[in-house]
Amino acid sequence: MRERLNRLLLNVIAVLVAAVFAGGITSLILLTRGDSPTFVISQMWDYGTQRSTELTIMNGATVYYLSAVAVAIGFRMNLFNIGVDGQYRLAAMLAGAFAGSVSLPNGLRQTATILVAMLAGAAWAGLVALLKVRRGVSEVISTIMLNFIATGLIAYLMRPSIFGHRFGNDVTTKPIPKSGQVGGLDLIPNSGGKVYGLILLAVAVGVAFHVVVNYTRFGFDLRATGRSATAAQASGVNVKKMTAATLVMSGATAGLVGMPALLGDSHSYSSITFQTGLGFTGIAIALLGRNNPIGIAFAAVLWSFLDNSATILDLNNIPKEVVQITQGVVVLSVVIAYELVRRLALVRQQRAVGRAVAPPPGTPVVEGAPA
Amino acid sequence: MTVDDSTTATVAPRAERAAASRRPSSLYALYLAIIALMLISFVRAVTGANDITSGGTVGATISLAIPIALAGLGGLWSERSGVVNIGLEGMMILGTFFGADFAYFSHSPWVGVLGGIAGGLIGGVLHAVATVTFGVDQIVSGVAITILATGLARYLAGVFFTGQPGGGPTQSPSIPRFQKLRVPGADSFFGKLERHHWFVVSDVAGVLRGLTTSLTPFTILMILMFPLSWFVLWRTSFGLRLRSCGESPSAAESLGVPVYRMKYIAVSVSGVLAGLGGAFLADFSGIYREGQTGGRGFIGLAAMIFGNWRPGGLAAGASLFGYTDAVQLRQGATSVHALLLLVAVLLVVIGAYQLWRREWIVGAVVVGVAALVFGWYSVTNDVPIEFVPATPYLITLLVLALASQRLRMPAADGIPWRRGQST
Repeated sequence: MRERLNRLLLNVIAVLVAAVFAGGITSLILLTRGDSPTFVISQMWDYGTQRSTELTIMNGATVYYLSAVAVAIGFRMNLFNIGVDGQYRLAAMLAGAFAGSVSLPNGLRQTATILVAMLAGAAWAGLVALLKVRRGVSEVISTIMLNFIATGLIAYLMRPSIFGHRFGNDVTTKPIPKSGQVGGLDLIPNSGGKVYGLILLAVAVGVAFHVVVNYTRFGFDLRATGRSATAAQASGVNVKKMTAATLVMSGATAGLVGMPALLGDSHSYSSITFQTGLGFTGIAIALLGRNNPIGIAFAAVLWSFLDNSATILDLNNIPKEVVQITQGVVVLSVVIAYELVRRLALVRQQRAVGRAVAPPPGTPVVEGAPA
Repeated sequence: MTVDDSTTATVAPRAERAAASRRPSSLYALYLAIIALMLISFVRAVTGANDITSGGTVGATISLAIPIALAGLGGLWSERSGVVNIGLEGMMILGTFFGADFAYFSHSPWVGVLGGIAGGLIGGVLHAVATVTFGVDQIVSGVAITILATGLARYLAGVFFTGQPGGGPTQSPSIPRFQKLRVPGADSFFGKLERHHWFVVSDVAGVLRGLTTSLTPFTILMILMFPLSWFVLWRTSFGLRLRSCGESPSAAESLGVPVYRMKYIAVSVSGVLAGLGGAFLADFSGIYREGQTGGRGFIGLAAMIFGNWRPGGLAAGASLFGYTDAVQLRQGATSVHALLLLVAVLLVVIGAYQLWRREWIVGAVVVGVAALVFGWYSVTNDVPIEFVPATPYLITLLVLALASQRLRMPAADGIPWRRGQST
C-alpha cells in the first residue's frame, strides 16, 4: 500500500513538474511578444469559469474522454491505436447515415445507432487486427494508412448518390429526426445550453474500462501481455487472440467518439463538424492521464479548458494558438517526467531487493564465482 | 579498417547479403523503365488520356514527389540508426512555416531553404533528446512532437503573418520562389513532338519536357540528397557505424561506436531533411498555408517502408506516390481511369509469368483480378476520384500485407536503448 502511495505521489510530482515547465515555456513565448503571462492566465481563468464556457468545456471533454479511453485500451497492451481518428469518423458517418434513414421506435433507434457506430469502429480496427495477427504488419503503420484510406472512403460514401444530402454549402448525411436524438442534461444551470446526454455513456465507458482491466481475467491477461508478451504467452495467454480482441475493443470505443455530438448536437454527419485530429488529441490525453480512467478524465477536462478558454485571447490580440504550444510541451515533458519516475522507481525497487537479500553484515565476502 | 570489416560481418545478416545479390543491376532497371514507358504509352494511345505522360504531369510528379521523398529520406536516416520517427509530419510542418517565414522576410528563397533546415532541426533535436537521452517511447515522442509542431506553427504564423499583405494566422503572404531553370528551346521543341501524340516518341518528349522545364536549383539540390545519403550511409565508415546502431547498438558500443552521438546525428539529419521537404512544399506553392503538409510526412514514412528501408526503393516509392498525386491534379478522373487499363495489363503480365512458372493458383488469381479490373475499366467512364488520394496508403498496406516477409527493417529499430545495456 505504501509503495502504491509512493508511486502515486511520484507521478503527481511528475505531472506538476511538467505543468510548471510547460507554463514556463509558454510564458517565455508570450514574453518575447510582449504579452504578460499573468494577464493571459487571469483572462483565461475568468473566461473559462463562465457558465457558458463551462458548458463547452464539459462537452468537449466528453468527446476527448472517449477518444482517449479508446487509445488507452490499446496502450495498456502496448498497442498503438493511432487509427482512432479514422475509426471514429467512419463510424460517425455510417451511424449518421443509419440513424437518418432507418425508422425505429424511440429509444431503440438511439441504441441501434450507437451499436452501428461501435460495429463500424470495430470493423475498421478489425482490419488492423487482421493485418497484425495474420501478416505481422505493425499496427502503428497500418492505422496511419487506414486513417487516410478512411478519408477517401468517407468522401466517396458522402456522394449525393449514396449517403450524401445537400444542406446549404455543406454535404451532410440525412438529418436525424427528433425521435432519434439524445437530449441534453441541464447539469450547468443558466449556461444557455445543455450538456451532452451521452456524457453518461462516457462515464459508463470509463467505469467499464476500469472494471474490465482491473477486475477480470481478460483484463489481467491484457495487462500481462502489455508487460511482456513472451511471458504471457509462456503462461498460457493466447497473445494473438488478445491482440485482436484489444484492437477490436479499442475500435468499438473509438466508434463512440462521434456519438455525443452526432446524437446530441449536429444530428447529421458532415466532414466539417467531425474533423480529423481528434484521434491524435486522444493519444495526447491518454498519455497525460497515464491510461488511467480517472487520470484521463482530469486530462480531458484540462485539455478542453485550455482549448475553450483560449478563445478569449483572440479578443485581446494574442493568438489563441499559444495554448497548443502549452499542450504540446505538456505532453512531451510529461512523458519524459514519467519515464524518469519509472527509472527512479526501478532503482528504488532494486535497492530494496538488494537490502532484503543482502547477507547480514560480518559475513565474509566471497570474490568471484565458485568453481 | 579491420574494425569496420568485423562489424559488417556481425551486423549484416545473411538475408540482406542474399538480397544484395538478387538486387537488380542498373541495366536491368533500365530495361524495366523502357518496358514501363512502352506500356504506359500503349495505354495512352488506346485510351486517349494524353495527360498521363504529358510534360505537365511529369513536372508535377517531380515537384510532388520531392517532399514525400525527403520526408522518407528523413525517416530512413533516423530508422537506420534505430529510432522510429513518427514526428516527420511535425518536422515538416515546422519546415513549411520557417521556410516561408525566412523566405518572405529576407526576400530570398535561399534563406527560405535555411529556414526549412532550422525548423526541421528543432523538431529533430527535440525527438533525439526525448528518445535517445531520456529513452521515451519513440512513437509517443513522435506523436507529441507532431502536436507541438502544429501548435507552434499556428502560433508563430499568427504572430508573424497577421497584418502582412494577404497574410494571416492560417497563411502567409506570397513568398519569393525559386526560378525554374529552362533549357532554351526545349519547351517548344518537345511540346511540338508531344502534341503529335505519337506512340512512345511523344511520351519520351513529355518526360523530357517535364525534366527540362520544371526544375529549380532547389529541386536539383534535393534530388542530389539521394545519392549523397546513399553514399554516406553505405559507403563510408561513418555510415556503417550509424547503421550498426540501428542493427545492434550493444555490439556497436562494444566496438567503440559512440551510439548516442550517432543517434543524435541521425535523428537531427532526419529532422533537417523533413524540414527541407516542408520548405520545398512552401516554395512549390509560393505560400505557407495551415495544413499544407496534408499527411506527407506519413506518406514519406510509407514510401520508406515500400522501399524496404533503402534509398533506391524509397525514391521509387516516392515517385509512384508523387505520380498518383500529380495525375489527380490533371484530368484526374480520366487519367486515373486510363491507369486502370495499365493496372489490368500489368496484372496480366504478372499472371502469365506466374503461370509460366507453374504457379497455377497464384497465376489464375492474378489473371482473374486482371479480368475484374478490365471489366471495371470497360463498364465505367471514370473512377471515384475520392479514392485516388488514398492510393499511396492502399499500395503500402498491400505491400506490407503481401510482401512483409521480404521487407527487412533495421533489427533494433524502435527499441529504446540505454548506454551500457547488455543486449
